[in-house]
Amino acid sequence: MTVTEAFALDAGRFRSDFPVLTTRSRSGAPLAYLDNAASTQHPAAVIDAIADCYRGYYANVHRGIHTLSEESTERYERARKTVARFLNTEHARELIFTAGTTAAINTVARAWGSANVGEGDHILLTMAEHHANIVPWFQLATQVGAHVHFVPLTDDGRLDLESVARMLDALRPKMFAFTAVSNVLGTVNPVAALVEMARERGSATLVDAAQAAPHGPVDVREWGADFVVFSGHKVCGPTGIGVLYGREAVLDAMPPFLGGGAMIHRVTTRGFEPAPLPEKFEAGTPPITEAIGLEAAVEYLGHVGLEAIGRYERQLVERAEAGLREIPGLEILGPAPEHKAGIVSFAIEGIHAHDIAQWLDTRGIAVRAGHHCAMPLHQSLGITASTRASFYFYNTPDEVDAMVDAVGEARDRFRKRGRKRQ
Amino acid sequence: MSIDERDIYEEHVLPHYEDPYHRGHCEVATHAHEGDNPLCGDVVRVEIELDDEGRVRQAWFEGDGCTVSQSSASMLMERIEGMTVEELKQFSAEDMLALFQASLTPNRQKCCLLSWRVLQAAMHSPIDGEDEDAEVDSFGGPSLSEES
Ligand SMILES: Cc1ncc(COP(=O)(O)O)c(C=O)c1O
Repeated sequence: MTVTEAFALDAGRFRSDFPVLTTRSRSGAPLAYLDNAASTQHPAAVIDAIADCYRGYYANVHRGIHTLSEESTERYERARKTVARFLNTEHARELIFTAGTTAAINTVARAWGSANVGEGDHILLTMAEHHANIVPWFQLATQVGAHVHFVPLTDDGRLDLESVARMLDALRPKMFAFTAVSNVLGTVNPVAALVEMARERGSATLVDAAQAAPHGPVDVREWGADFVVFSGHKVCGPTGIGVLYGREAVLDAMPPFLGGGAMIHRVTTRGFEPAPLPEKFEAGTPPITEAIGLEAAVEYLGHVGLEAIGRYERQLVERAEAGLREIPGLEILGPAPEHKAGIVSFAIEGIHAHDIAQWLDTRGIAVRAGHHCAMPLHQSLGITASTRASFYFYNTPDEVDAMVDAVGEARDRFRKRGRKRQ
Repeated sequence: MSIDERDIYEEHVLPHYEDPYHRGHCEVATHAHEGDNPLCGDVVRVEIELDDEGRVRQAWFEGDGCTVSQSSASMLMERIEGMTVEELKQFSAEDMLALFQASLTPNRQKCCLLSWRVLQAAMHSPIDGEDEDAEVDSFGGPSLSEES
């Protein structure tokens, strides 16, 4: 590529913070990790925060009178405050730690859903949802006799606000649950506008921010949604932790989901009184070190700069798409780069996504192939699988170019060219 | 993939993919079965004709999917003609992977074993008793596609 661009950040400055990025792939080529939408890698700051906790002050939280437990509790609650600031919540107690996005959505579908959704009610989703934001709603619908509907996408993979308005008007759903950024198409949705439209029609809202939180600032007050969820492992944090944000009034009115230790105020032989927020929704021993690791991760991202991350990734997407467009038979899924966050998915006529991904792996390039937990979306696009390259701020323009070259090679290799069996 | 592996693909796998052995229908099939792998969309249908002595007279396949699932089906059809049912039962997953030659990661082994599983089921699926809808089995595929 000949154009010289001024990049929004210098990936080289951050790469050395990530031990795994200096390793080589099995093929001997340097590792080009382009599967960040599945999970991101971890800077030393996060790895060290977790190790320091285990080495220095780990104990169970909210229980012991002893020093270690007090220190752990203080650090766990500090992590809550830091992550609450990351989302700009009004109160730290609106920030519930869960096991991840999936656990957070299930909590809402079960606890809020069973109290607020009944027979004949409607739940509205979009065609671009991850299975994590589909299946829990189907489970709820089956249980209470409600109906699940999907807003279709435009031909270029975006939400058409008029279709959303029409469906909201026609169905008056109890819940409109949608992703802020599609994990396949990369499409960035106008979250605040969608929430506003739903609220005007009396519908509650849940925003799946699993693919949004890594790629730009999230301000839950600006979005105005009732619930916002995301996962730690997609923002350079550990697995086993995620966030359920809910507006205080909504969480206060919602019954507890999991029952057990820590979520109660008092238990007698006749019943229990739930604890106030946030403990009400944190039954059992919480993910303590994971929360501390997540705190280190969002602090690290703050230091890199979330605005710059978003702008830089868009530059990488533009570069990737310019290169991929030259490959015959290749179709890029989703809208133009300016509507995308860090994700480029594509399909090549006549060549299976797994063959492409395996070829790229021989070049040390990690991408994902398959339906990416979005089968309804792939069905609506008329394909069974796609190949997805997803970028993060530590990826370089050279890695993007290497990916484009390797996709071109894969296309040449797997193209039918009259080979004969011997 | 090492250089040797690339040669195996060029000389063995891709020729089977492009120029498959007995891709199509067996008009006189006595046994048939179909299986898919919903995770990656691979589908394979196997139709075989067993003669009176229980020997495979013809083996055919139809399918759609990645090079591994389709070329391995072709290799398997070519390999099993003339084999007895007893020999087919003895033909193990390891034998199938050896027939494919190129080494595969655990996830892609599932692609390679799709036709082998369908064949094992086909032997228990005589055509007379075939109920079209009930005959499609779903096998686990690459979990590659299932986390995000
Ligand atoms: C948009 C979206 N929602 C939900 C999830 C599920 O997240 P997790 O597996 O961390 O629960 C993912 C990623 O896996 C995702 O990309």
